[in-house]
Amino acid sequence: MQERYTHSSSPVHALDARVKVILTLVFLLSLNLTPISAWPAYILYLSLTLSVALLARVGTGFVIKRSALALPFMLAALPLVFTGADARPLALPLLRELGWSVPVSLQGLERFASIALRSWISVQAAILLAGTTRFNDLLTALQQIGLPHLFVAIIGLMWRYLSVIGEEVLRMLRARASRSASAPGRYRAGGSLAWRARVTGGMAGSLFLRSLERSDRVYSAMLSRGYNGQQPVEGLEPISAANRRILLAGVALLAALWLFGLLTGR
Amino acid sequence: MLLSPAPAPQPMHIPDGFVSVSISIIFWIISILIVAVALRRARRQLGERDVPLMGVLAAAIFAGQMLNFTVLGGTSGHLLGAAIATILLGPWPAILVMTSVVSVQALLFQDGGLLALGANIFNMAIIGVSVSYVVFTGLRRVLNGRAWGLGVSGFLAAWASIFVASLACALQIALSGVSPANVAVPAMASIHALIGIGEGLITAAALAFIYAARRDLLQPAQGSSPGILIGGGIIALALAVLSPLASSHPDGLEWVAEQKGFLSQARSAVYQIIPDYSLPGISNAALSTILAGVIGVVVVFGIAYGIARADRRAAKESSSES
Repeated sequence: MQERYTHSSSPVHALDARVKVILTLVFLLSLNLTPISAWPAYILYLSLTLSVALLARVGTGFVIKRSALALPFMLAALPLVFTGADARPLALPLLRELGWSVPVSLQGLERFASIALRSWISVQAAILLAGTTRFNDLLTALQQIGLPHLFVAIIGLMWRYLSVIGEEVLRMLRARASRSASAPGRYRAGGSLAWRARVTGGMAGSLFLRSLERSDRVYSAMLSRGYNGQQPVEGLEPISAANRRILLAGVALLAALWLFGLLTGR
Repeated sequence: MLLSPAPAPQPMHIPDGFVSVSISIIFWIISILIVAVALRRARRQLGERDVPLMGVLAAAIFAGQMLNFTVLGGTSGHLLGAAIATILLGPWPAILVMTSVVSVQALLFQDGGLLALGANIFNMAIIGVSVSYVVFTGLRRVLNGRAWGLGVSGFLAAWASIFVASLACALQIALSGVSPANVAVPAMASIHALIGIGEGLITAAALAFIYAARRDLLQPAQGSSPGILIGGGIIALALAVLSPLASSHPDGLEWVAEQKGFLSQARSAVYQIIPDYSLPGISNAALSTILAGVIGVVVVFGIAYGIARADRRAAKESSSES
């Protein structure tokens, strides 16, 4: 668990959070509505995310490394390569001599590569949003766009206590590691599977009890600071003219990219 | 913030690109409708005290996903938390808490996509909570308050919540044309049948701990929610019946569809723009029919529930007038 926000004073960081949220969603929609095999369009989308990463000075390496996160899910799309409509046995010299043949479909391969590429670029866009926007600004923007107050309150509190409770979990894990001896190498720590599950469950149960008690203390603290069931609402500033121009230009650019993708893809 | 043991990558969080835009939008709409109902119920039932409770518990579920134990070799079991949230908070607040958890995972940690968030909320918050609520309350009633019944019901509720959610996840991917149904459904189902055991064991042990320490938390205080019981039961049943059907007979169903000319009718102009919609080769019509069935069930359940509520309110008003 690692926060993605990296601070710097770039034009991307300075952009209104609402504009960033809307542009990210429009980007994701237009990218994922682009047909398969629209390779030139994909390259333009990729260059767009990478140039925003450069502009925001978050580091392209950072973005590319983080975006590997969606890779395991690509296993789910892999069967496409072998089950497409035009699948025919692939004659690899070595495999043929062993008597194996794998049906491979060119269409399926194109589809798989398109899905993988689109997913990879989508994750980059989400990383850029989280990496250049403070969580509080993001939450305020979502509230102004229409996220209900109760959610804003729950998510805001959750965010505030995440690191506290995360550290509590780390302390529990450390305590368990120091009490259930494990030999180095291939020997497992602790006793039987049921024993390990019971210990972990006990930790989870105790984490929830501690969190319940903590929420009582949090509530008393909030009361003593004048909490009356309402979250203070941030002022609803209209999006500034400059930001609105950026929003319009961005949407227009993404629409043009999408049309380009429609023309180049199948 | 840097917390060293990262939560294990969860094959349940669908990233962007793996659900088509049409499916994403459908599940966004379904999830928003159900979460809106949960919000209204929560506003009515809960006091101001419950806001910090839900916020802190959401953080605990998020952080609690780091709690893991080795199962075999490199694999580990860990907690997703829908079942335990349902048992501790009741179904409606649990839906809100799980929705918050899933949303923050997508927004901040890119664990699951933003377009796919609607589908992820549907799988993990709505299905996860309603299925575990159905299984847990059902088994508690059957086992009638026996002490060991708590652990058994907790285990099965947690296992079922993971398993049924994974079926929904597999069907969404298959409908998007990203993975053939006869591969995606059995693969996701078998992986999550195993992951569910870890979830179930931790949930049962956590419940045993809470039973020993704070028995009062496990009393069924907040009445039963017939709406969720019925809805969750229908969703679970529909997915459990339809998934094997989709994975084993896609060709047969497609043949029938082709004979009747459904395939050509089913593709309207909208779907022509969205190329993802067409599956390569198999099972397009069959899966669309199944999804349509599931959506239909949800819509009908929603309407029936709304009518029942309105009816009850009218009855209450007339009784207070007389």
